[in-house]
Amino acid sequence: MNDETKFLLKRIAFYSVVFTFVIWVVLPLIVAILYAFSSKLDYYDPSKIIPTHFTKEYVQIILFTLGAWDGIKNSVIVALITILISFALGVPAGYAIAKFVFPAKDTLKLSIVALRMFPIPVMAIPLVVLYIRLRLVDTLLGVALAHTAMALPFVVLITSSIFAGVSKEYEEAAMVFGLTRLGSFLKITLPLALPGLAAAAMFTFVMSWNEVFVASVLTLYHRTLPAQILSIMAGSSGGAAPDYYRFAAAFIMTIPAMIFIFFARKYLISMWGITLK
Amino acid sequence: MERKSLLPYLLILPAFAYLLFFVGYPLVQALFLAFTKNGVFSLDTVRKTISDYYFWSALKYTIALAIAIVPTQLALAVVLALIMNRFFRGRDLAIYALVIPLTISDVAAGLIWYSMLSPYGFLNKLLINIGIISQPIYFFGYQFRSMEFLAIVLAEVWRATSIVFVIILAGLQMISKEYLEAADVFGASYWMKLRRIVIPMLKPSIQSALIIRTLFAMQVFGIVWILAGRDIPVLAGEGFYQLTEIHDYGVASIYALVIAGLSILLGALYIKFLRAEYLEVKV
Repeated sequence: MNDETKFLLKRIAFYSVVFTFVIWVVLPLIVAILYAFSSKLDYYDPSKIIPTHFTKEYVQIILFTLGAWDGIKNSVIVALITILISFALGVPAGYAIAKFVFPAKDTLKLSIVALRMFPIPVMAIPLVVLYIRLRLVDTLLGVALAHTAMALPFVVLITSSIFAGVSKEYEEAAMVFGLTRLGSFLKITLPLALPGLAAAAMFTFVMSWNEVFVASVLTLYHRTLPAQILSIMAGSSGGAAPDYYRFAAAFIMTIPAMIFIFFARKYLISMWGITLK
Repeated sequence: MERKSLLPYLLILPAFAYLLFFVGYPLVQALFLAFTKNGVFSLDTVRKTISDYYFWSALKYTIALAIAIVPTQLALAVVLALIMNRFFRGRDLAIYALVIPLTISDVAAGLIWYSMLSPYGFLNKLLINIGIISQPIYFFGYQFRSMEFLAIVLAEVWRATSIVFVIILAGLQMISKEYLEAADVFGASYWMKLRRIVIPMLKPSIQSALIIRTLFAMQVFGIVWILAGRDIPVLAGEGFYQLTEIHDYGVASIYALVIAGLSILLGALYIKFLRAEYLEVKV
């Protein structure tokens, strides 16, 4: 075997490994999407690996009869409130950590990370009791407040690394020319940090969009999408919905997430690299 | 920066107070719910919980799932990241495909894997049609618990390996090329470089990935609830069940506290044995 064939074989081996991994990730998605639209008959026909008859019926039933559409609306509202509050509180903190040197800074930073590690069920169960008293049970605001607690440490860390990436000199120059700290923040730092902040906002959106425990425990009639789907698909009576509804539900839940990844893919690696290194 | 000011504290205070409230208040409340009865200290709820078969079963399954899932994810993610850290045609597309599960919720992942593994699902149809099996393999249902366990592991590895992958890949990209070039000069082999340079320098990333994944494994819920219901009890699922079906806040709180206890214990172990670098947020 000469060097050229050796090289070629190595390449083929390399690409087949990559291909295998990619298929392992993508195939279940493709299958779920296909079956979401396949007719009942095709699904129960053992000789049909790939369905050929399609229908929108199940997706429509999930969306409009079983309340997934309301779930989507609720999820979007909860996620937007979560972004709003967690950024209102988190961006100033991130800015402070990035741009100031002060005593106990590391301790504060560490505490914020540590609070993130607090398990969600511990938070959610007592919140039910509190929320009953505050009349927040079964409200979207209630869920959003809990999701904010979950997202806030992340927002602080990610915004601090984004602000740290904006060079100090720009701000100092702006202040030399008579801008206040707030003015230089608004006119210089914020615009430069905007793309990173947008990525962080998208990630916050996805965190809230995917969260199911808090949303299921705190709501009954105003459920977010995952909570709604969970209660349709796995009622306490056990596997309530027929299979083909499950695939339709999987499709509905997955599409927005995939769109997000498409837009945010550039930032994902650097975001995690900076925050978690 | 020149003057000592209160400004940074004022900027951090709202976020910190919010977090403290949403962690501190529930914690106190959970302890109260778990350890009192009619306003006085009582271990009745604790006794009630630990005398339940489901409690020990949930504890066992939660730990077993973590042991089955987390190391698999780490190994897979390291291999994937090493591959994707090289330059080749189609690399960006491959990375995009690999990170898709990052945004898929555990509920959706459960449903997706149900479509692969159900009796009339893709895998069974495929295997029957190529003639490997003559009857569908049953993955779901009380009688097939070990298969359900396997299905959960598969689904969870599929869903959450991408986050480990992203963390490790980010770590790889931060390793300075000079070290590897220097190693090349001295004629080090690929394995030598991997063992002596890459893996040691990846340690902080591996630590953060490990700790994140283990802590979340203690809270595993949606994927199990969708694929197995209470056939495979887990701590978060039992807490959820006690709260939403039995309406026993005390028992639910004990489940939550056990999750918290395990998380703190594991966190402390990681910090002790793997050094605390991962908490240092480099800015």
